[in-house]
Amino acid sequence: MACTGAGPGHGGRVDSDDGALELTGLLRRYGDGAGRQASSGTPAIEVSHLTKKFGGRTAVADVSFSVARGEVFGFLGPNGAGKTTTVRTLGTLIAPTSGSASVAGIPLAPENGVEIRRRISIMPESPGLYLRLSVTENLECFAGLYEVPDPGDRIGRALRAVSLADRAHDACGTLSKGLRQRVALARALLSDPEVLFLDEPTSGLDPFAARDVHELIAALSRSGVTIFLTTHRLEEAERLCDRVAILNTTLRTIGRPDELREQLFARTLTVRTLVPLPDPGRVFAGLPAVDSWHQDGPASYVLAVSDPAAAAPAATRALVAAGADVLSISESRHSLEDVYLELIDQDKEASRR
Amino acid sequence: MTVSKRRVRAIFRKELREYRRNRSLTVGMAIIPALFCVQPLVEVFGLHSSASAPLSHEHVLLYMLGIPALVPSFVAAYSVVGERQQGTLEPVLTTPIRREELLLGKALAALLPSIAVAYVVYGLFLACVELWALPAVASALIRLPDLLAQLFFTPLLAGWSIWIAILISTRSSDVRVAQQLASLASLPSVAVTTLVALNVIKASLVTAMVAAAALLLLNRIGWSFVSATFDRERLITGTR
Repeated sequence: MACTGAGPGHGGRVDSDDGALELTGLLRRYGDGAGRQASSGTPAIEVSHLTKKFGGRTAVADVSFSVARGEVFGFLGPNGAGKTTTVRTLGTLIAPTSGSASVAGIPLAPENGVEIRRRISIMPESPGLYLRLSVTENLECFAGLYEVPDPGDRIGRALRAVSLADRAHDACGTLSKGLRQRVALARALLSDPEVLFLDEPTSGLDPFAARDVHELIAALSRSGVTIFLTTHRLEEAERLCDRVAILNTTLRTIGRPDELREQLFARTLTVRTLVPLPDPGRVFAGLPAVDSWHQDGPASYVLAVSDPAAAAPAATRALVAAGADVLSISESRHSLEDVYLELIDQDKEASRR
Repeated sequence: MTVSKRRVRAIFRKELREYRRNRSLTVGMAIIPALFCVQPLVEVFGLHSSASAPLSHEHVLLYMLGIPALVPSFVAAYSVVGERQQGTLEPVLTTPIRREELLLGKALAALLPSIAVAYVVYGLFLACVELWALPAVASALIRLPDLLAQLFFTPLLAGWSIWIAILISTRSSDVRVAQQLASLASLPSVAVTTLVALNVIKASLVTAMVAAAALLLLNRIGWSFVSATFDRERLITGTR
């Protein structure tokens, strides 16, 4: 199955105040970003029927999707699902077996490799730092490779963006895993990329550092940078991403996190009473907007509803009329994790059959 | 294709910084020249004046050209597979750098310390001969044509060894294997210089110029060939 999707939604975004960004100094670098978003109607990434095989093994099969400029796009999937292969393909590190793609508006082709890599930045899962060199020396090397103007200033701002200015002269080998991750993020910011591929950017970071990275991602997105975020942290994807795609060799689904929840799960109300209802069927049957119900514990009932706003008051009235002591009526919220686990479970079931 | 000097310089500087702080590499670079010097020096110090006549018809010191043939293979063999093992190659390959630029930066970074080591060791060797060998022996050994040969052939031989070592490094998955293979691959160059030193191959101005031109050409071909066979996908995924 190949799912396709295009265009960003704007749900589930983290709201970060601009103060954090002013602290980093990055706004000066990226401007207000509106111009960049408005300047081009072409998607930042467009992938069409992309397939990558390694010998007889298919890593990615018939994947199609599109990422709009300035969008934060989450790319989720279990280990071995083909996420890194997709990122490497879009980053011109490996060639697709079939299919086509464009990155930053440039068609993916061997002759365009340098131009694409000039416009993007990839932060791999493993920081890949030169451990004998200092933080600054690592960044100097990459500033040279990207030929950034005024590298000293750019390095300083990138380090401030990840709160590492005070460790600039430390050897990378002496840094903790989390700090190395932040150096790798600073390195990815050096080149002022149009599209930023982040592979597990908060892996190994403590909650405060992870929050800083989340704020940085949100700020970068606001300034027009397209973020392609690969993560195992589903709550992170839910908070940060306009849309997410779930990959398991093929693209299983794509959409806004709330859309995916609605696609996959019926909306439900959970009713809890003090004592079990003597005849729950009589109470819940025929209520408006209640499609079905089942008992989920001695005094707990789950109602499948089409419209919780209509069903909840009706259920409350029916319960009171039946003389029930109502403890709570709540709408069950499925998380992105539920969506993810459901889809991957479906794949496991299918492969067992 | 235009080569970006800035990108080449970025790799060159980074490599030199890494070499300077990698003790195993610097020790490895120092051991080979030491092995080359000790035995010959002992023999030279033991020579009588009567040995100076036959020595004046030979080019014994060209044996020292084995140093630029061997030393760079050790560091150049590390250059690609070492980065691959450390996990630092992928981030570099995600930048706009062309493979020609990456390889040229690495080759130049291996060339500079190799030349420096070769010249310094040669200079020290000459100083020891001049100071402690018998004057007749010293004047028979130290001659201008041999000095010029050492001067010009050191970078040429080192360059050729470097391209072979980098080629091996791009195809290997283990640093030690790459270094051993690169050392083996540089042995033919050592053999040729030894045969010239022993007068088995007659050295003349013409043969020197032909050899220099051939090495120059081989170095240029080496750069192109290694660049053409540099496969990003295989280096990153280990497949293909």
